[in-house]
Amino acid sequence: MGIRETILGLLEKDSRLTAERIAVMTGFPEAQVAAEIAAMEKEKVILAYGAVVDWEKTDRDPVTALIEVRITPQRGQGFDRIAHRIYSYPEVKSCYLMSGGFDLMVIIEDASLKSVARFVSERIAPLDSVISTATHFILKKYKMQGTEFAPKSEDDREALFV
Amino acid sequence: MNPEQALSRRVRSIRPSAIRRFFDLVNGMKDGAISLSIGEPDFVTPWAIREAGIHSLEQGHTHYSPNAGFRELRTEICRYLDRRFALRYDPDTQVVVTVGGSEAIDLALRALVDPGDEVVVPEPCFVSYLSCAVLADAKVVTVPCYAEDGFKLDPERLRAALSPRTKAVVLGFPSNPTGAVMSRDELAKVVEVLEGSDAVVISDELYAELTYAPATHCSIASFPSMRDRTVVVNGFSKSFAMTGWRIGYACGPAPILAAMNKIHQYAIMSSPTTAQYAAIEALRSCDAEVAAMVAEYDRRRRVVVDAVRKAGLSCFDPLGAFYVFPDIRATGLTSTDFCETFLTEEKVAVVPGNAFGGPGEGFVRICYAYSIENIEEAMHRLQRFTAGRIK
Repeated sequence: MGIRETILGLLEKDSRLTAERIAVMTGFPEAQVAAEIAAMEKEKVILAYGAVVDWEKTDRDPVTALIEVRITPQRGQGFDRIAHRIYSYPEVKSCYLMSGGFDLMVIIEDASLKSVARFVSERIAPLDSVISTATHFILKKYKMQGTEFAPKSEDDREALFV
Repeated sequence: MNPEQALSRRVRSIRPSAIRRFFDLVNGMKDGAISLSIGEPDFVTPWAIREAGIHSLEQGHTHYSPNAGFRELRTEICRYLDRRFALRYDPDTQVVVTVGGSEAIDLALRALVDPGDEVVVPEPCFVSYLSCAVLADAKVVTVPCYAEDGFKLDPERLRAALSPRTKAVVLGFPSNPTGAVMSRDELAKVVEVLEGSDAVVISDELYAELTYAPATHCSIASFPSMRDRTVVVNGFSKSFAMTGWRIGYACGPAPILAAMNKIHQYAIMSSPTTAQYAAIEALRSCDAEVAAMVAEYDRRRRVVVDAVRKAGLSCFDPLGAFYVFPDIRATGLTSTDFCETFLTEEKVAVVPGNAFGGPGEGFVRICYAYSIENIEEAMHRLQRFTAGRIK
């Protein structure tokens, strides 16, 4: 694995890692790590730094829905133009073109069931190319981006001489 | 009748470990304390392996296995050793599945040693070697390994320790507690010395998978002249994070393995069946999980070595296991004083090096099988601890 993949693997798990800490962990010189990170940010290999949040433990507990969207591709533009019209709304957290029984998987986060329903009926369903939608609400998150929501966090090993 | 008097002289000759008091202190520590003292993986066994164990229970596989272990597992062990370390064994006559690597070491010593035979053990080393040899009625001859040699076994010191009564030499590389590894070239010189004796090598290779670049693990059994006089001990505890499953194995010359299986049959019967099913899955499908754990250990290893050196302690680059073994003599403290003071003042537990034999005095064992957050905090405290003590 090259230096870029090594750095990305670490940052994907913990985006707060500094170039200095990555350098210690990997043995690459700190200046080289910093330069690679800067280059990857510029080249949009690294698009953003974020945190995995369990919103249920906060005062804000948004509703997340997966919406399957079937659409008619447009001449010369395929699915990209209609996808752009959908994912440009800030409520849309993710949007993927899919193989199989539907075309777009749209992941929406909003304040309430009602606001999600309104978003689907007022923003997505009326679009000309949209044939149908099916909305699935997420009831409980067990694991997201490789992180378990209820991990066994305590190191409860007894001290033992081995 | 005094039950104390009923105990055998052999058992009584093994004194309770001086380290016990220290570990009682560690277990009594309250919040805010960090232990880098336990020599076992912090990772939970990979899910595919746990799932295989659960599945075997659901299927009602709750009975004894054959004494030497399920043939399916012995076959997978042979495939694995061939694939990873170029070692070839016959699953029917040259493999015994044991209750951890520790049982395999005990079996090998008991199978080989008659009262008064000598067993050569390089130190510092895993504490079981000496006690198991004593329990097998052996006379233990230790060979010191020193920091200036990277705690590797020096062939000339080994030569001086061998005698016509030497029955076995116990090698433990990668090493607990030092993290030292022996390269093929270095082992070749040891092999030259051993070729001049009739000693059987018991090669404890539990940490083989935990060998970090640029080093690669070399088994002494892969030397043609050593193949028929080496018992390779390996297992699942360290490489697959399966300490609690208690499963390991020994491979080697058929007559020795048959003798070991004889003892195993009467003392243990057979290794845990659930663990054997889990181990089959481990060998078949978990290379990627092992690689991920090794990569994580390697990152932590670099963090600890870097921090220890920044704390003013000298430390060779340990390329195996999950231990760093820094020299703490610059602080003016003994190993025991260092560990007890560090524990009391900074609430961090590391193990005194002398617990692993005389040459470990002046060193401490830091285990990095802990979360990176705990390691970084502990290293911060180490730097604070040594700051006022190193002139």
